[in-house]
Amino acid sequence: MSDLRTPLSRVKGLGSAKEGTTHFWRQRLTALILIPLALCFGFGLAAMPVDYTTLIATIQHPAVTVGLIILIIAVFYHAQLGLQVIIEDYVSTKSTRMVSLILITFLCLLLGVIGVVAILKIALGA
Amino acid sequence: MKSQDNRPLSPHLQIYRLPFAAILSITHRATGVILSLAALSMIWVLTAAASGAESYLAIHVHFASWYGQIFLIGVTLSLYIHLCNGIRHLFWDAGLGFELETAAISAKAAIAAAVVLTSATWLIALNVG
Repeated sequence: MSDLRTPLSRVKGLGSAKEGTTHFWRQRLTALILIPLALCFGFGLAAMPVDYTTLIATIQHPAVTVGLIILIIAVFYHAQLGLQVIIEDYVSTKSTRMVSLILITFLCLLLGVIGVVAILKIALGA
Repeated sequence: MKSQDNRPLSPHLQIYRLPFAAILSITHRATGVILSLAALSMIWVLTAAASGAESYLAIHVHFASWYGQIFLIGVTLSLYIHLCNGIRHLFWDAGLGFELETAAISAKAAIAAAVVLTSATWLIALNVG
């Protein structure tokens, strides 16, 4: 038995990129960290008055600052990975697919960074 | 062309009644998209809060209004459905719960847990608010 690859695949010369499970694994890792964080966020937000002073004071608590920053990073990483799969499944036109994938990735990065900066600004009292 | 009219068709989405597990599967994606939009609104609130009391109040009015509350209840339910069904997915990833009966039970359990968590969150929120 020599080569099991099809002639087309041999000509294209594209082998495994050795990252077959990376997307899957990161989706699960971010999911795992989001279970406690989302529960804390949901119930924590419900259990506090949401006037400006209380909100700022709460975000300034170091544990909340750290939790919120990790939450935002995990949320937008998880969202990017999930939206990527949805686009790959439902958008079949190559150009539209590529453009939406790029847009989603940039948008998630941008929103995540804006969120982290906003939290740091509040936490550091600038 | 006429001979093709009577060819048997495989059941497609509008005719075939989706099993509950399949409905929950597409709901998982839909809630994921809803939660992405919710994350966008969370950044909106955070930037407003970072800009000062006035800009925060201007946004708070919207979230306190009837349409804001409906949006938040929808987001809460989406969050807990996605969370509970996500845990179901994590069990599958570990190789557990693949039997049809188990999967059917866990589907119902996920929805039930999501409804209970949503009710609990809003009971607390309305008592504090």
